Amino acid sequence: MPEYFKDFWRRFFDSDIWWSFKSSPLVVVASIVTFIMIFSSVFATYVAPFNPFDLAQFDLMDNLKPPVWMEDGTSKFLLGTDDQGRDVLSTILYGSRVSLLVGFLSVIFAMIIGIVVGLVAGYSGGWVDAVLMRIADVQLSFPAILIALLVDGIVRGILPKGSHDELAVYVLIVAIALSFWVQYARTVRSSTMVERTKEYVQAAQVIGLPQPLILLRHILPNVMGPVLVIATIQLALAVITEATLSFLGVGVPPTSPSLGTLIRVGNDYLFSGEWWITVFPGLALVILVLAVNILGDWLRDALNPKLR
Amino acid sequence: MTLLKIEGMRVEFPSRRGSVVAAKDVNLELASGEILGIVGESGAGKSTIANAVLDLLDPPGIMPKGKVFLEGERIDGLSLEQMRKIRGKRIGMIFQDPLTSLNPLQTIQEQLVETITTHLPMNNKQALERSIEMLEKVGIPEPAIRIKHYPHQFSGGMRQRVVIALSLCAEPDVILADEPTTALDVSIQAQILDLMRKLVKETGVGMIIITHDMGVISDVCDRVMVMYRGDVVEIGPTRKILGNPDHPYTRSLISAVPRPDKRLHRFPLVEYIEEAGVPYKPIDIKTHWLGQARDFDKPKSDHLISIKNLEMRFLTVDSVFKSKRKYLRAVDDVSFDIREGEVFGLVGESGSGKSTVARLICGIYKPFGGQVIFDGTDLTALGSRRVANHYRRQMQMIFQDPFSSLNGRMRVGDIVAEPIKFHKLASSNAEVKSIVNDLLDHVGLGAIAAKKFPHEFSGGQRQRISIARALATRPRFLICDEPTSALDVSIQAQVLNLLKDLQEELSLTMLFISHDLPVIRQVCDRVAVMRDGKLVEVADTEDLFEAPQTDYSRHLLELMPRLEGLSGAG
Amino acid sequence: MVMLTVALIAFAMFQFVGDPIANMVGQDTSLAEREQLKEDLGLNGSIFTQFGHFVKNAVQGEFGRSYRLRKPVRELIAERFPATLELSLLSAFLALLVGIPMGVFTALRRDSWLAQGFMTLSLIGISLPTFLIGIFLILFFGVMLQWLPTFGRGDVVDLGWWTTGFLTISGWKSLIMPAITLAIFQMTLIVRLIRAEMLEVLRSDYIKFARARGLRERSISFSHALKNTLVPVITIIGLQIGSLIAFAIITESVFQWPGMGLLFIQAIEEVDIPIMSAYLLLIAFVFVLINLVVDVLYYAIDPRLRMD
Repeated sequence: MPEYFKDFWRRFFDSDIWWSFKSSPLVVVASIVTFIMIFSSVFATYVAPFNPFDLAQFDLMDNLKPPVWMEDGTSKFLLGTDDQGRDVLSTILYGSRVSLLVGFLSVIFAMIIGIVVGLVAGYSGGWVDAVLMRIADVQLSFPAILIALLVDGIVRGILPKGSHDELAVYVLIVAIALSFWVQYARTVRSSTMVERTKEYVQAAQVIGLPQPLILLRHILPNVMGPVLVIATIQLALAVITEATLSFLGVGVPPTSPSLGTLIRVGNDYLFSGEWWITVFPGLALVILVLAVNILGDWLRDALNPKLR
Repeated sequence: MTLLKIEGMRVEFPSRRGSVVAAKDVNLELASGEILGIVGESGAGKSTIANAVLDLLDPPGIMPKGKVFLEGERIDGLSLEQMRKIRGKRIGMIFQDPLTSLNPLQTIQEQLVETITTHLPMNNKQALERSIEMLEKVGIPEPAIRIKHYPHQFSGGMRQRVVIALSLCAEPDVILADEPTTALDVSIQAQILDLMRKLVKETGVGMIIITHDMGVISDVCDRVMVMYRGDVVEIGPTRKILGNPDHPYTRSLISAVPRPDKRLHRFPLVEYIEEAGVPYKPIDIKTHWLGQARDFDKPKSDHLISIKNLEMRFLTVDSVFKSKRKYLRAVDDVSFDIREGEVFGLVGESGSGKSTVARLICGIYKPFGGQVIFDGTDLTALGSRRVANHYRRQMQMIFQDPFSSLNGRMRVGDIVAEPIKFHKLASSNAEVKSIVNDLLDHVGLGAIAAKKFPHEFSGGQRQRISIARALATRPRFLICDEPTSALDVSIQAQVLNLLKDLQEELSLTMLFISHDLPVIRQVCDRVAVMRDGKLVEVADTEDLFEAPQTDYSRHLLELMPRLEGLSGAG
Repeated sequence: MVMLTVALIAFAMFQFVGDPIANMVGQDTSLAEREQLKEDLGLNGSIFTQFGHFVKNAVQGEFGRSYRLRKPVRELIAERFPATLELSLLSAFLALLVGIPMGVFTALRRDSWLAQGFMTLSLIGISLPTFLIGIFLILFFGVMLQWLPTFGRGDVVDLGWWTTGFLTISGWKSLIMPAITLAIFQMTLIVRLIRAEMLEVLRSDYIKFARARGLRERSISFSHALKNTLVPVITIIGLQIGSLIAFAIITESVFQWPGMGLLFIQAIEEVDIPIMSAYLLLIAFVFVLINLVVDVLYYAIDPRLRMD
C-alpha cells in the first residue's frame, strides 16, 4: 500500500497539526529534547561513558568528584561522581531508562483499563455505568500519589519481605496505573456517550452491524483523540509520580535506581556541599517532564477545534 | 433620514492559506422606520457585516476597507472606548440564540439595570422603572415580578423578548438583528417578528434583519439585500426582489424555496450554485447493480409497511420503585400504512415524536408496544440475527445532520463499502470498489470522492454520501429523517431533486420526515400529521393542504410563511 | 458513601494485609501472649462484628494502637495534626491568592508578554516535582544562603489542645519554604484551570452580547466572565485544596516536618496498618467536608441549582 502511505504523508504535511507544530519553535525544541532523552536512555548501554552497575568500571577512590568545570573535576566524569565513585552522567542515563520504562508501561496499562471501562460504561449506561463511575468518583477524590502510596504499601504487606526489591518496578507500574486509569475512563466514557447518540452510530445499527463491531470500528477511533492528549500529559505525571515515590523510599530500590532514587540518595549529600549528585538527576527529570508537558499542551490545543 | 450608511465595506479573515474574503464592497443605507433584510445562504457573509459595523468581528477578522457612517458621522476606526459608547446606546444588536445570549448567573433586572445605567443618566431606581417598562413593551406578562427571575426561568421565546428589551433599553437608533428567530419554533417565530415590526413602526428606529429565511424577509422587510459568497448581488424593495429578481443567483435562490401554495414536479433552475456536482445520469435498472437480485419484486400486500399501535416511552424520572418512575410518551398508539412505491410524509413540530417513529421502524429503538409489519412480517418479533439482517438490508435511513451522520475517521469509500461487505453483496474487493465508485458517481459526487474523508465535503455533499451509503444495500424502503433541514435552500433543492430521481428510478418506497410543510408538499404523496406523540391526521398531500380536517393541521398551515409575490418561476 | 467505601478499604487492610501480631512481637513471645494480644486488639470474632467494631471505634476517633510505636493512633495523630493543617492552610491561601489573579490576568490579556511569561512559568511549575522544588529551595536558601532553616517547625507555642508555629519568628521562618513548596504545584494548576475556563467563557454568546450592549470592559471581565468561570472551576479547586493535605506527605518528608504525612510515610515503610487506615479515614473525612463546602458555594453562586 505505498500509495496509501504517500497519501497519508501528503495529508499529514498539509494538516493544521503539522502546521501548528512547525510554527511553534518551543514545541519543535521540546520534541527534539524528548526524542534525544528517550533515545539516549533506551541505548544507555552504548551512549553512557560507563556502566554504573559494573563493579569493575568504577573505583571508590573516584568518589564525590565534582563536575568537570569545578576545581578537582576531571574530564573523565563530566558531571562528577557519587559517593561510590560512579559517574553521575551514566547513572542519569541508566536512571532515566528506568523512569521512562515505568512511565510508559504504567500509562499504557492505565490507558487500557481506562478505555475498556470507559467504553463499556459509556455505551451500556444503566447500572453498569453507575457502579463503574461511582468507583471512579471515589477514587478521583484522592490524589493519585496517595493511591499509589497505598497500593504500594498494601502490596508490601502482602508480599514476602525478600521479594519486594525484585518486584518493586512492577509494583510501581501497577500502583501508578491503578491511580491513573480514572482520567481515561471518565474521558472515554463522556466522549462515548456523546458519540453513541450520533447519527453515524445509528447508521451502523441500521446497516445491521453487531454492537461490539460498532464499538470497535466506529466509536473507538472517534474517542481516541482526547485519550492521546491525556496519555501525553500523564506520561509526564507518571514520571513525576515514579520519581516522587522513589524519593519517598517506596519506589525503585537503589540497586537499579531511577531518577527519583538517585535524587533521594544524593539528598543526603546536599548539606555537605556535594550538590551535583542531587541537582543533575533533578535537572534531567525536570527537562524530561517539561519537554513532554510542552508537547502535551500543544497537542491539546492543536486538537481542540474550539481554540483559535 | 439616513441613519446608517456603509460604503465599500470589505471584511477578511486572514489564515495561513490566504485571506478568506467574507464580504466585499458592501454598500447600503438604512433609513429610520425601515426594516432592511440581508438574505443569503451560509458563507454569504451576511453576519460579518453586522459584526463589522460594531467592531465585534471574531478574531482574526478585520475590515481593511470601507467606511461606516452613523447619522452622518464616521464610526469605523473609533477607539475601543468610543465604540463602546455607541454599542447599545446608539446601535443595538440581537443575536440568534436566546438560550445562550443571557448571563445565566444574573437576574434579568441586574442585566437591564446595568445596561441602562451604563448609557443613560439614570439612578438605579429610575433604571428599574424603565426596565419594567421595557419588559412590558416587549410583551412579558407581570414584568414587575418576572424581572427578579433568572434567564433559565424563561422559555426560549420569552428569552428572546428579554434580549430584545436589552437591545432597546438604552434607546438606540439602529438595531442589527442576526437571525433573530432561527432558533425558535414556528409559532413563536411569528410572534417575535410581529413584535419587532411593531417596535420599529412605533419608535422609528432603523432595523437590519439578517436571515437565511425567505419567509422572514417576505413577512417583515421593506427592502432586501441579497448576498452570495461575500458579494452583494442585488438590493431593492422586497416585492421587486421576490417577484421579479434581476440577478440569476436571486432567481435560482427563489426558485429553490419550496412553495407552500402548489406542487411542482422538480425544483427548477438550481444550477447557479457552484456545488451542483456531476450531472445526474439515468441508469438502466434492469442491468445495473442497483437493480440486481432485489428479490422482493412481488409485494405480499398493498402495504409494504404497516405500523400498528406503536408505542414508545422514555424514562424521565428514574426510581427503584416501578410506580414512581415517570415516562415521556414519545410515541403514543400510532398506526398507519405505507403503500409500495409511495412517498409517505410525516410532519410535526419538534418533540412530536416523528423521528422516534423512524427509529422504531428501522430497529434503532425497541418499541414499548405495538407492531411494525414489513412486507407481511412483524419486525418486532424477529428471532435470529440472520433473519433480522435480511430485513435490515431492505430498509435504510438517511439522517438529518450531515456532520454527525458520517464517521469522520473513515474514508468515504469505506463508509459506502461497509454495508456491501457486511451483507456480502459483492463477491470480491474489486467488485466492491467498482460498485462504490459507481454509487458515488450516481449521487453526483464522482468516484474520486471515495479516497477523501467526510470533512472535506460540504453539508450537501455529505448528504449525498449518506444517500450512497443507504443505496449500497439495494434497499426497497428508505427512511429520510429531515434529510435537508440542516441545508441551505438551494442545496436542499438539489438533494430533494436527487431523492426524487432515485425514488422514481428504483421505485423506492419512502418515509419522509420533516417539520417543513412546503417541503412535504413538494415531495410526498400522502402525509401523516403528528403532535405530542399522537397521530392527528392522515391524508393525501393535496387534500391536507387544500382542505385540512383537524384544527391542529389548520393551525400548522396558518403558521406557514405565505411568501406572497414570489416570482412565478414554476 | 465515600466515607463508607474508604472505611471498608481501611478495614480490609486490617483483614488481609500481613499478620499484625507478627509485626508487633518478637520471635520469643509465647503463644498465650499472642492470643492475649489478639484479644486486646479485637482480632477474634466474625468479619461483620469486627467491621462493626471498627466503624464504631473509628467514629469515636479510636483507631487502635500503632504496631510500630506502640502508642494509641489517636494520640499520634492529634500530636501531628496541627503541623500539617497549618502548613496546608498557609499553602492553600498562597495558592489561591496568587493563582486566581494570575489565571484571570493570563486569560484577559492573553497576548501580552507578561501573560505569556506567566504561562511559561506555569508550564515549568507543573513540570517540577514537589520534592525537587523543596530540594532546590533548601539548596539555595538553606545551604548556600543560609537564610532559612531546612527542617522541622522551629519553636512552637503549645496552646494545650493545639501547637502553633504562627506565634514565633522561628516558626514562621520554618514555615516559609515548606509552604511555598507545597503551594507551587497547586498554584500552577489553578492558574491553568482558571485561564482555560475563562477563555471558554469569554467566547460565549452572552459575553459577546454584553459587549454589543456597550457594557464596560471591567464589568464584563469581572462581574460577568469571572463569576461564570468560577462555577465549573470551584469543584476542581476544592479537590485540589483538599489534595494539599495529601501532597503534604512529600513536603513533610523533604523538610522533616513533624506532621501526619511524615507519620504516614513511615507507617508505609513499616506496614503499620492502624496508622495507615486512620490517616486514610481522616483524609476521606476532609474530602467529604470540602465537598460539602463546595456544594454550599455552588448553591450560592449558581441560581439554576436553587430551583428544584
